[in-house]
Amino acid sequence: MGRHVVLIEDEPNITEAIRFLLTRDGWQVDTHADGSDAVEVIRAAAPDLVILDVMLPGKSGMEILKDLRAEAGLARLPVLMLTARGQARDREMAEKAGVSRFMTKPFSNTEVLTAVRDLHAQAQQG
Amino acid sequence: MARDTLTGSRIRERRLIAGLRQAELARRVGISASYLNLIEHNRRRIGGKLLVDLAQALGVEPSMLTEGAEAALISALKEAAAASPSAAAELDRADEFAGRFPGWAAVLAGAHLRVNSLEQLVQTLSDRLTHDPNLAASLHEILSTAAAIRSTAAILAEPGELDPEWRDRFHRNLDQDAERLAEGSKALANFLDESGSPEERRFMPQEEAEAFFETHGHHFPELEAGKAQPQDLIAAAPGLASRESREIALAVLETYLSDAQARPLKDLKPALADGLDPAALAAGFGCGMDTVLRRLAAVPEAVLGHPAGLVLCDASGTIVFRKPVAGFDLPRFGASCPLWPLYTALARPQVPLRRQVVQQGRSRAGFECLAYAWPQGSPGFDRDPVYRAVMLILPLQEIPDSALPVGASCRVCPARDCMARREPSILKDGF
Repeated sequence: MGRHVVLIEDEPNITEAIRFLLTRDGWQVDTHADGSDAVEVIRAAAPDLVILDVMLPGKSGMEILKDLRAEAGLARLPVLMLTARGQARDREMAEKAGVSRFMTKPFSNTEVLTAVRDLHAQAQQG
Repeated sequence: MARDTLTGSRIRERRLIAGLRQAELARRVGISASYLNLIEHNRRRIGGKLLVDLAQALGVEPSMLTEGAEAALISALKEAAAASPSAAAELDRADEFAGRFPGWAAVLAGAHLRVNSLEQLVQTLSDRLTHDPNLAASLHEILSTAAAIRSTAAILAEPGELDPEWRDRFHRNLDQDAERLAEGSKALANFLDESGSPEERRFMPQEEAEAFFETHGHHFPELEAGKAQPQDLIAAAPGLASRESREIALAVLETYLSDAQARPLKDLKPALADGLDPAALAAGFGCGMDTVLRRLAAVPEAVLGHPAGLVLCDASGTIVFRKPVAGFDLPRFGASCPLWPLYTALARPQVPLRRQVVQQGRSRAGFECLAYAWPQGSPGFDRDPVYRAVMLILPLQEIPDSALPVGASCRVCPARDCMARREPSILKDGF
């Protein structure tokens, strides 16, 4: 059973904390901070799950999500989206683009861990 | 009870204000106290000489007794009643209430107006939180820093030993983030201070006018159909509280009406069916490019086929009108990005410009911008022309590689090494 996550986040200290949490939970964690080549990074890593920030340099998380959903091999990949923008419009846009779960900053470590485990379990069952 | 039957109530009110006893007033005008009592309780109609005598004895004009001064008051009371339908106020007795208890009625009407004013203030502040890119970007930075601190602190607070290397790293991160949060909070506080108090900003005429146009979706079927004049719409807009905001809105509506009359919706629809070609529309309608761009932003989204934003600036570059479109941030305060095609048009008057742009920061999004600058008024030999520029903003489905990167304003733009930068960004490096 795969336990591999790619984290696309440009805030280094958030990246560090999430990487620590997930590594301790048994995940292999790859991190990347640039939006422009994020799809290529995800495609090459072939992870079980992606954690994606919305506001990234180069390309927004929304665009990356749309690109993932348009690609046959990545269309069903679980994506947990993190954003400081929790407005209804942003949530709606993310849902339309095919997000698996949407989480607003500042989140708790427990929330992130629970979401990652749940999404992975659902993907394994589905 | 009809207003013209309230003369007695007004006589009673005036008598009490004058400090006269019923018997004394009756004596002065030569009637019995019991008859005056019937009049004051609106059980006897009154007019002619007796009315004139009573008015003279009370030191008021007869019309004050027959018409009262409470028309505006009654109107405000009816509005207050409409705003609280569950109270089931006796609407048919509003006249009587205002006539018999003008003081209390004024208190109620004043409270209703105050509630309206505060509701508008809340709406304005909420709108600012939603649409002001400076504020939104600052809050984003603070929330991201808070997320890092919360996550890191929670790890450090867990019971048990933490690997010393990780522990030291997290301590350093916490220190950095605490510093960043402190600086970010200060920057936000400074920004809010510079923006003035909420009361002051609430009454900014430009904001009131823009809220009016937003409420109507920037489209006015009554004007299109010739069923109303701009003045009618202004008079029916309580949100336009200041004279300045009414003047701004009136000027925009008059231009709207002129554009709509010259290029009616029924003629635009078939022209738009062949695709959006502003140059062909300008040629076909025999009008200026500025008119076409304004008109396109005013037609309903269903007719145009997609949303459209619009922004106008004067020759100083100051934004004088804006119609927001999702994804293209338009700063409410301070200057905008100098790279907008709007400003390029200002530097190249009367040359239509089409530029595909991508707005940096926050959520990146692509737009096709059509911009044009035109001179105000008639040309003259002894005066320089004064230009205005307009830019129609149309969202793109995909962002082309050749799209010109632009921002909202320097304060919230992440672009580095930008030749047009005017001031440092408050994002990331700015913290």
